[in-house]
Amino acid sequence: MLAALTDPAFAGFLSATMRLAVPILLAALGGLYAERSGVLNIGLEGAMLTGAFVGFVTAYATGSIAVAVPAAIAAGGMFGIVLAFYAVTLGANQVVVGIAMNLVAVGVTSFFYRLVFGAGTDRPRIDTLLPPDFGPLADWPLIGPLLFRQDLLAFLALALVPLTWFVIARTRFGLDIRAVGEHPEAAETLGVNVARVRYASVAISSGLAGFGGATLSLAATGVFLDGMTAGRGYIALAILILGRRHPLGVLGAALLFGAADALQLRAQILPTGLPFQFLLMLPYVLTIVVLAGFAGRGGAPAALGVPFRRLKKD
Amino acid sequence: MMGGVTDGMSAVLARLPAGLAGSVAAVLAAFLVGAALIAAVGVSPVTAYAALFEAALGSANGLAETLVRTVPLALCGLGIALAFRAGVFNVGAEGQLFVGGAAAGAVGVAGAGLPSLLLLPAMALAAMIAGAAWSGIAAVLKLRFRADELITTIMLNYVAIHFVSFLLHGPLKDPNGALAQTARLTSDGRLPVLLGGTRLHAGILIVLVAAILAHLFLWRRTEGFRLRVVGLNQRAALNAGMNVRRAILIGFLACGALAGLAGFAEVAGVQRRMIENLSPGYGYTAIIVALLGQTSPFGVVAAAFLFAALQIGATTMESAAGVPSTLTTVIQGLVVLFLIGRDAIPLIGDAFARLRRKRA
Repeated sequence: MLAALTDPAFAGFLSATMRLAVPILLAALGGLYAERSGVLNIGLEGAMLTGAFVGFVTAYATGSIAVAVPAAIAAGGMFGIVLAFYAVTLGANQVVVGIAMNLVAVGVTSFFYRLVFGAGTDRPRIDTLLPPDFGPLADWPLIGPLLFRQDLLAFLALALVPLTWFVIARTRFGLDIRAVGEHPEAAETLGVNVARVRYASVAISSGLAGFGGATLSLAATGVFLDGMTAGRGYIALAILILGRRHPLGVLGAALLFGAADALQLRAQILPTGLPFQFLLMLPYVLTIVVLAGFAGRGGAPAALGVPFRRLKKD
Repeated sequence: MMGGVTDGMSAVLARLPAGLAGSVAAVLAAFLVGAALIAAVGVSPVTAYAALFEAALGSANGLAETLVRTVPLALCGLGIALAFRAGVFNVGAEGQLFVGGAAAGAVGVAGAGLPSLLLLPAMALAAMIAGAAWSGIAAVLKLRFRADELITTIMLNYVAIHFVSFLLHGPLKDPNGALAQTARLTSDGRLPVLLGGTRLHAGILIVLVAAILAHLFLWRRTEGFRLRVVGLNQRAALNAGMNVRRAILIGFLACGALAGLAGFAEVAGVQRRMIENLSPGYGYTAIIVALLGQTSPFGVVAAAFLFAALQIGATTMESAAGVPSTLTTVIQGLVVLFLIGRDAIPLIGDAFARLRRKRA
């Protein structure tokens, strides 16, 4: 048993699981803020793509990941504010707005990518963020590969799990978010500015998704590719349901998807006999199964997806 | 209600700006922003747009290419529009198109030797059944397991593309070729060319027939009426004793069948074999096409034609004026944002009025 836990192949699988879980974990934590406040952020995908692009360009221009990450978060946040304008101020259908924003993100990122780098075939690269050397800690069974073979962005992402729990469960802001998500009319009566709380939640939400996208270009690949998020923003929405919109649940669900992704990558080089396309489908099929299995079980904030019209002043 | 993220979907059509004016205004606004982006690149927007539309509409061949591209956008758009009408957010046309194309390719290769009049309908039928079946997965997941179709259909897109890739690397692969594609269709398995010297194929006629049938279905058949009522107000439909689940199922299946038909048209009309990269995202663009066309069948065809022209002209605009062709994707996205953002105009008016009152 212990031999299996310390097996290098298994350790590699675990470390890949965490690495692949990080982008969707960040997007899903973001989605948690928005959904708890009653707004469906279908735009997570577009915010991730925006973050991946802005993070990449900033890192390319400045050579500094410490500048690139905040830039990606800010870009995601801006994306979220536009989305909130539609979803909150105009009360537009959140699904339509989200899909539209995601399509805009595909267009805008690939337009500006060509503007900045030209249409040449040699793709510019940046140096990816490497994991710091933790020495023998990295060889601890289970914990080593999961924690001590990760880059700094993964630690930031993990730190956001308890932080999100604290914000949602223990702060005034978190209380407002939950109130607005469950019963906006009541919250409004108690003097909570529903629109302001939802704007903030969607901005935080998309900012975190932008961060998640940035980990794809800055840590995972070192390049920017058109549509490189490949549905991870939508997977994050499924993760929210599976994780029952709780930070710890979301972490667990993200790790499950990271594992599916890592398994798929590993299985491609192992002689499983399965066509590689079936392995590529794995995370997407898992999403469908999760939705079919867990979607009907409720647990969503009562006002989720319902636009709120402010009560009249007089 | 059905549960999941598209709760409140029934209000979506009511919230779309009614009529042609909204669509035209949204398109104009998107072109204006596009012009600003072109100017920012240092190119005259007039030069760039002139190059774009000259290439897409200014010659018989350009117009033919635009019509060729109208076919998949219009067919997918019609399907998505019917689904929207039923209150179904089917974002899966892309995958349904791939599955339909694979079915058409498989039947076309297997049936080589059959006369055209038999083979082409068989291919089209296979494509429609395959597309509808693929869409049907999402329908069952929604109706039976309450899984939200927005996410399941998107996930099914990725699954479809990988699955078709498997088929083209494996069972459907041309044994005499190196690439992952089916064997070439014989001339009996190809849609006839309508205009000599161009690629304009009979698929455009299929579009016209499909649009007319969709229109008649929506406005002349009881079943179409039920579909619209369910989309507008599910609860009212339930109270009126309508079979809501049936209407939703029809919305899913119609979308899948039409997207599958788009796959057939691409295979039999353009590629003349099933290939791995059958679509550069027609199924996604068609979502915007359906919205821009106000989910009315003829509006959808018009919107598809406009977007086809944009896409065909884009490459020329890039080579002639140096504006990245992906500008058209930006314009396409902006069209929707402006379309649903029309509510913002009175808000902006209010804000100005408040400002003026403060000043006074």
